[in-house]
Amino acid sequence: MNRLVSYFQHKKSGSTLNTYFTAGYPSLHDTLHIIKSLEASGADIIELGIPFSDPLADGPTIQQSSEVALQNGMSIDVLFQQLSDLRNQSNIPIVLMGYVNPVLQYGVEKFINQAAKVGIDGFIFPDLPIIEFQNEWQSLLKKHELSFSFLITPETSKERIILLDSLSSGFLYAVSSSSTTGSSKTEGSKMDTDAYLAKINSLNLQNPVLAGFGIKDNEMYEFINARCDGAIIGSAFIKHLTKNGATKDSISSFIHSIKK
Amino acid sequence: MNKYAVDQNGYYGKFGGAYIPEMLHPHIEELKTNYLSIINTPSFKKSFDDLMKDYVGRPSPLYFASRLSEKYNTNIYLKREDLNHTGAHKVNNTIGQILLAKHLGKTRIIAETGAGQHGVATATVCALMGLECIVYMGAKDVVRQAPNVNRMEMLGAKVEAVHSGSKTLKDATNEAIRDWINHPETYYLIGSVVGPHPYPDMVARFQSIISEEIKWQLKEKTGTAFPSAVIACVGGGSNAAGAFYHFTDHQNTRLIAVEAAGEGVHSGKSAATTALGSIGVLHGSKSLMMQTSDGQVIEPHSISAGLDYPGIGPFHAHLFDTKRAEFYSSTDKEAVDSAFELTRLEGIIPALETAHATAILSKIQFNSSDNVVINLSGRGDKDLDTFINYAK
Ligand SMILES: Cc1ncc(COP(=O)(O)O)c(C=O)c1O
Repeated sequence: MNRLVSYFQHKKSGSTLNTYFTAGYPSLHDTLHIIKSLEASGADIIELGIPFSDPLADGPTIQQSSEVALQNGMSIDVLFQQLSDLRNQSNIPIVLMGYVNPVLQYGVEKFINQAAKVGIDGFIFPDLPIIEFQNEWQSLLKKHELSFSFLITPETSKERIILLDSLSSGFLYAVSSSSTTGSSKTEGSKMDTDAYLAKINSLNLQNPVLAGFGIKDNEMYEFINARCDGAIIGSAFIKHLTKNGATKDSISSFIHSIKK
Repeated sequence: MNKYAVDQNGYYGKFGGAYIPEMLHPHIEELKTNYLSIINTPSFKKSFDDLMKDYVGRPSPLYFASRLSEKYNTNIYLKREDLNHTGAHKVNNTIGQILLAKHLGKTRIIAETGAGQHGVATATVCALMGLECIVYMGAKDVVRQAPNVNRMEMLGAKVEAVHSGSKTLKDATNEAIRDWINHPETYYLIGSVVGPHPYPDMVARFQSIISEEIKWQLKEKTGTAFPSAVIACVGGGSNAAGAFYHFTDHQNTRLIAVEAAGEGVHSGKSAATTALGSIGVLHGSKSLMMQTSDGQVIEPHSISAGLDYPGIGPFHAHLFDTKRAEFYSSTDKEAVDSAFELTRLEGIIPALETAHATAILSKIQFNSSDNVVINLSGRGDKDLDTFINYAK
């Protein structure tokens, strides 16, 4: 059982915070130290972004962090090197998030093998089609007991939510509105989010559901956690790193402002 | 076209598909389910045909270029897409897609543009239909294709300059896709045979009117419907797809695609995708693209904004992979020289993009009895500044 599955099995009460950051940002060698600081501050899960030159589903904040990370020299190879000692230093569940193209160049099988070797627990690839997931990824993931989270949106049909849930493991990723990352569209629409998460809950899905996109404060965090299994914070954390730096204290003060 | 057509899953051989985030799924699905039945209805066909004839000015002439033919000792026919309303082949596609968007009840239209020809063609059909129009254009292209920016604005479109990445077509496309994710009710009117399935097939079908006309026009002029060769420039590949479409299954017709070599294929400033690229996923489909060994997209270079793109559509990747089409490239300089040659020999100023296709005449020797059709994809008014500065 991977750490992600184990986390949700053992979770009894309280909220869940999944924090996203881009590997190689703000500087190339921050990766491991940010992971450890997040864990120490009380984050529950980490979504580690593999930077890509053309991140279609991302808003300006994550675009910019990806650009800087690439300039800093981040790549899949470098990332796996940085993570080679990960599991001697941290036990927090980690999922890799990215776009399929860098993985295609690296090689899907090699990528999954390496990820398993360094102790990654799951993946999110928003532009991976189901057909390719089934043909190229699914059996390898099973073999290594790794999770994969598909995205659903308020416009995803019931039938498709059930399909995507059946293909996912670890958790299902509910995007809280149709938007690129970091959009503030969610703000004025608490009622919509409420109805959307209620609809998801009524489906009795097999996976825990984490909701993300546009969450940036404790109020929204609590609101989401009251209605599903956890919240994902990305752009707000990147903005914080940009403004306040990636020191342990800076990270700790951010996490404590969200998860009180 | 059968052998090289898209399959049920949206692939051309190993290329194509729909690599899109879930936010776009319902909208791609809507298109995928409906596009064929809509565009094949008699009423859609009639609207399309009527506009092609009376608004665009089709059929576009197939012109025997006698002085050019004499110079290269073969028979050269120019398919005059430059004479279409708005000055390029792009309008064939925008007419088709705007009728489709209307049918689907869409009221907000977005597009990406490189040379501005697709932007102008989109702004034009939006004016015609009374629809809101937003065009994303790389900041670099806004400068080098300024006349087209003015045209789009006069037509009532909003031009959004894109400052990310290389500030060219690739980045304009990213931004258009992001807009689409944020405004799911919008219709994204893609300008070439790129993007997720069904766009490449849809755009190729609308552009296929080019080869449909070439067939009967050439038959009228020479007695045979099939040319020895068809030559077209390839950015994303829409004019080439349209010019090749009805000839792909006819193996005796050479299909010659010409990419932009920029300052030289291996100069580090090039957009010659098939020479430099490898298989990958860009803008929602799997195709050939220029990328680093880490899978990061390489910023291309071409003097022509319309060819300044690091990929080609999946249909062309398949034609390349199966060796059905031959791929060549022309440098910035070769293209400009060829534009001057065509202008002085035939009195036709071609678009910079198109001049990459005509430039190939000095590299391939055709037989004196061959009938060679060059798709003259657009006119060069928009490029006058570039031509004049380059000649200095
Ligand atoms: C005149 C002309 N030809 C060719 C192209 C390249 O596009 P495609 O390869 O889709 O035909 C453009 C694009 O802007 C153009 O304006």
